[in-house]
Amino acid sequence: METRHDRLYTKDHEWVLLEGSRAKIGITDYAQDSLGAVVFVELPTVGDSLAAGDVLGAVESVKAASEVYTPLSGTVIAVNEALEDAPESLNEQPYEQWLAELELSDQAELGQLLDEAAYQEFCAGEEH
Amino acid sequence: MKQTPLYDKHLESGGKIIDFGGWALPVQYQGILEEHEAVRTRAGLFDVSHMGELWLGGPDTLANLQRLVTNDLSKARDGQAVYSPMCMETGGIVDDLLLYRLAEQHWLLVVNAANTDKDEAWIRERLTGQAVLENRSAQTAQLALQGPAAERILQRLTPAALHEIRFYRFLPDVTVADIPVLVSRTGYTGEDGFELYFPADRATELWDRLLEAGRSDGLVPAGLGARDTLRFEAALPLYGQELGPDISPLEAGLDRFVKLEKDDFIGRAALREQQERGVPRRRVGLAMVGRGVPRSHYPVQCCDGQAAGIVTSGTFAPTVKQNLAMALLERPFAEPGRLVDVIIRGKPVPARVIDLPFYSRRKTT
Repeated sequence: METRHDRLYTKDHEWVLLEGSRAKIGITDYAQDSLGAVVFVELPTVGDSLAAGDVLGAVESVKAASEVYTPLSGTVIAVNEALEDAPESLNEQPYEQWLAELELSDQAELGQLLDEAAYQEFCAGEEH
Repeated sequence: MKQTPLYDKHLESGGKIIDFGGWALPVQYQGILEEHEAVRTRAGLFDVSHMGELWLGGPDTLANLQRLVTNDLSKARDGQAVYSPMCMETGGIVDDLLLYRLAEQHWLLVVNAANTDKDEAWIRERLTGQAVLENRSAQTAQLALQGPAAERILQRLTPAALHEIRFYRFLPDVTVADIPVLVSRTGYTGEDGFELYFPADRATELWDRLLEAGRSDGLVPAGLGARDTLRFEAALPLYGQELGPDISPLEAGLDRFVKLEKDDFIGRAALREQQERGVPRRRVGLAMVGRGVPRSHYPVQCCDGQAAGIVTSGTFAPTVKQNLAMALLERPFAEPGRLVDVIIRGKPVPARVIDLPFYSRRKTT
């Protein structure tokens, strides 16, 4: 499974890419592989105010619906609308395709996230 | 988890194993969409050895079966397969099964894996006269070879004249790759194809031979995921979703498999009453008008928030490329063209009631 060094991860297989006080959130290569072919993506609305743990959106494969939860609190400042017409790009480029960008309201929450090495170790444990 | 004799073959082919009602089976190999497409355009090979096989024999076999199932078996001939629900007195469904007539008083019953033990007990408790029931599920393997290339592929391994086997007919003892096989022209995908029953200890051999024989035609192993999307598009009901103890075959739209005019059978009084009064609910198709994928158990409401029913199965349908559902709707809402709302993650999303099935192949057999 591919990971990227430039971002942080959650145990729910999401990634977070920080740019100052803003963060883009997406799903990892491991997540897209477990889901299988993604056929539908539901995104939040710009302006939504979310608390860590709230539903950010949903990613649906042929098999099932999976909700995506935001690991960080903040306000949605952008959504990746291209996913609505091309949900399969989440399978093809999981680290290029983000779901939403948040203006963070609590930087301290970043301490809860995993770095690349910790995430890789977590994934290795998930295999068994 | 229980394993079929092909468990190691699934791992070898890259199958992603899941727990399917206590069975370790592959949900997919290379991908559900790819396998679905292969079955619609070429061919796919499914391991369905988890299905239950019960043999019933003895002079009172037919009389017993006629009382147990809703369809009429009296007109069936040797070599014919009959689909039928099996009901409780309430009209609710115990299971849906395929009944193969080997001889007038000798039948093979193929039942849903998760219901095998329940069905065996249900039937055994109700047998009268001389009829012997034998559960040979563990000794019997089943493969489904499905898709437009199925006949051409299977023909490479057998001298039997496969083109002479019509839809819902079978040959009980065909040599396929030197293995004795019951070859049935049936399936659960909406495509032409065969279901093959044979001794479990020959399973890996036949699996390999079929994949090899079909390679030039693009045959691929296919998992439970594609089996579900394929049967869904063809609107074939699944026990536990479209069918169950609280759903009657008339509600499920299986009217043509319920023969109220034959001699008495379990559930007849309830089903007759339901037919006379009109069924309270009906299985329909839903096509999403708004954005969203309907899923099993999502509520369906009418436009003012009134309960209209429930989604029984739903997905993105790969061949017709639409988000679709089968749903059980209260009769007033079950009219094609009617607009309803599917409640997806708490939000109403509009959908239109449409006719089933979503997909039918051009029939040549």
